[in-house]
Amino acid sequence: MELNGAEIVVRCLQEEGVDYVFGYPGGAVLHLYDELFKQSKVRHILVRHEQGAIHAADGYSRSTEKIGVALVTSGPGVTNAITGIATAYMDSIPLVIITGQVPTHAIGQDAFQECDTVGITRPCVKHNFLIKDVKDIAATIKKAFYIAGTGRPGPVVVDIPKDITHPSQKAEFDYPKSVSMRSYNPVVKGHAGQIKKALQLLLSARRPMIYAGGGVVLGNAAPELTQLVRHLGFPCTNTLMGLGGYPASDRQFVGMLGMHGTYEANMAMQHCDVLLAIGARFDDRVIGNPQHFFEEPRTIIHIDVDPSSISKRVKVDVPIVGSVRPVLQDLIKQLQASKEKPDAAALKTWWKQIDVWRSIDCLKYEKTDKIIKPQFVIEKLHELTKGDAFVTSDVGQHQMWAAQFYKFDKPRRWINSGGLGTMGFGLPAAMGVRLANPKATVACITGEGSIQMCIQELSTCKQYHLPIKIINLNNRYLGMVRQWQQVDYSSRYSASYMDALPDFVKLAEAYGHVGMLIDKAVDVEPALKEALKLKDRLVFMDFITDQTENVWPMVKAGKGLSEMLLGSEDL
Amino acid sequence: MRHIISVLLENEPGALSRVVGLFSARGYNIETLTVAPTEDLTLSRMTIVTAGSDEVIEQINKQLNKLIEVVKVIDLSDGDHIERELMLVKVRAVGNDREEMKRMSDIFRGRIIDATEKDYTIELTGTGSKLDAFLSAIDRSAILETVRTGASGIGRGDRILRI
Repeated sequence: MELNGAEIVVRCLQEEGVDYVFGYPGGAVLHLYDELFKQSKVRHILVRHEQGAIHAADGYSRSTEKIGVALVTSGPGVTNAITGIATAYMDSIPLVIITGQVPTHAIGQDAFQECDTVGITRPCVKHNFLIKDVKDIAATIKKAFYIAGTGRPGPVVVDIPKDITHPSQKAEFDYPKSVSMRSYNPVVKGHAGQIKKALQLLLSARRPMIYAGGGVVLGNAAPELTQLVRHLGFPCTNTLMGLGGYPASDRQFVGMLGMHGTYEANMAMQHCDVLLAIGARFDDRVIGNPQHFFEEPRTIIHIDVDPSSISKRVKVDVPIVGSVRPVLQDLIKQLQASKEKPDAAALKTWWKQIDVWRSIDCLKYEKTDKIIKPQFVIEKLHELTKGDAFVTSDVGQHQMWAAQFYKFDKPRRWINSGGLGTMGFGLPAAMGVRLANPKATVACITGEGSIQMCIQELSTCKQYHLPIKIINLNNRYLGMVRQWQQVDYSSRYSASYMDALPDFVKLAEAYGHVGMLIDKAVDVEPALKEALKLKDRLVFMDFITDQTENVWPMVKAGKGLSEMLLGSEDL
Repeated sequence: MRHIISVLLENEPGALSRVVGLFSARGYNIETLTVAPTEDLTLSRMTIVTAGSDEVIEQINKQLNKLIEVVKVIDLSDGDHIERELMLVKVRAVGNDREEMKRMSDIFRGRIIDATEKDYTIELTGTGSKLDAFLSAIDRSAILETVRTGASGIGRGDRILRI
């Protein structure tokens, strides 16, 4: 059947089973918007800024196993989207972003709303394409979805000049059933011999540690990880991106590790003799100073779908390249078939040591009814949502508290920008999460700094009836910046105080939502209860919190994992 | 340490910039880079001369392989290989220097491919160090212009890079 370019694009999205496209129209994509208008299978969500479109598609993807899709126009549409694309790239989130481009003949002429989209996005995409012929549209979009979702996932940009989608440009439409590329064949199964070696090391360990990252969540391997950890009886930690990959309420979970990880997780990481790293990448916020990390000898096994993540920052002894899930399945199979058992006596001693570290209770904070402690708000939210909400966050102190105090038992419930650290991510991401999970409770934990970076999306939430619960931990400071200034710059709070804040209650109301101001500790629980009861309304809860509260423990940049500051008394 | 890396990649617009972008984004150094299509016109072959520790070279290999359009990567310096670079050098050739320049060119097995009454253009092929040696052997002030291609490399015997 012969179709025009715009029809082909929309048919491709339908063939891929896309239910939502997040976007913003403009000159270069008008033919596409006209086709979207004529059909109802692919629903378009009109955001208020292109950054929001990408974050929303990103949140949609993180909370499901699906690929998020966004559509933006050329020039500023693309440049506005870059922050979102880079965010998804750093966290390996599969997205397909369709961008309009000026007509083929105008490319390179500095045309109105022209930018070199392929060039500008190149460093922050898994791959990108510029389509130059209507005949190539279907095959290219098929490839884009394939590349985005396989191997180590990531965003893929498809740039389409306006003339290619013009109604007069026609081609035979035949959506390819499969893709085969000689240059791209991601490894799925792990090497059996390497898995065997790994198993032997794990069984001979005296102080074992399992360290699992976002790869477990993205690779849908949480059940396998849980099975493995329970079978072995070893301690397990998750990275910020991996939270929910192992149930946080389980005794074998020692908490998140890293810069604001628990004392027990960081100490166990530093002092283990065999470390199994799964879908994690030993980044600077996780292991701190690598030299310090090397000071303790340990044998490292690393499972990752991306070979370039292995031995990048930390030399690995047993690399296993493959998708986390099939590799863990093979490892579990070999473990079940093996007659050997982990060394029970050594393990008992190791757990005793971990319990000593645990008894320090590093996440303790002052319980008071005089002032609202941000940690208290999150603990209450966890309690009232029974730990079963989808929680998105922005970036800063509130993000770390959410990670520490909302105990995630399930994967894909914790949605945050871990790699790029993008303020403004939380609200638009929550929109995508809610659209993908229309019955779920979706909370956006944010701060008065971050929320203002994409506040315009409150309008999108109104248009599409997205009843997100916004938990604004308002300490009138860019809290994490202030904390670093306190720790490293003798409390010279340069540009970290937020003066002239808007009245968030009125602001929420102006957008047609419910606003609440909570400035007393006793009001925290009733307010949260009331907000959660308003099932069909977006509620903006402005919690006036302790201005001086800091995130503890803290491993300062450049320090070793075991050199944690546990509180203000360590400063 | 110096490494010479050969890459087979899809002959697509933009493929070269992905490789170059990767090197600059990750802070790897490029001493020379050459690229041209192969006998199979859908493929280009690139030779990159770079330097780095074993860890950096391992990462370069992995990162190159990660690029979607890269089909194959080998580090030629891992085994026996041959390496050649082409240089065109325009030199002043007047008076007594004219004969001397011809002699030097012959010693280095160069060929004079263009001549005027004032200058010669010499074509020279060899390893980078041979070309360097030629440039230091002649009078520096006689050099009017040089252009070098950067190294191309190929494995010896049955070390073959193809798909």
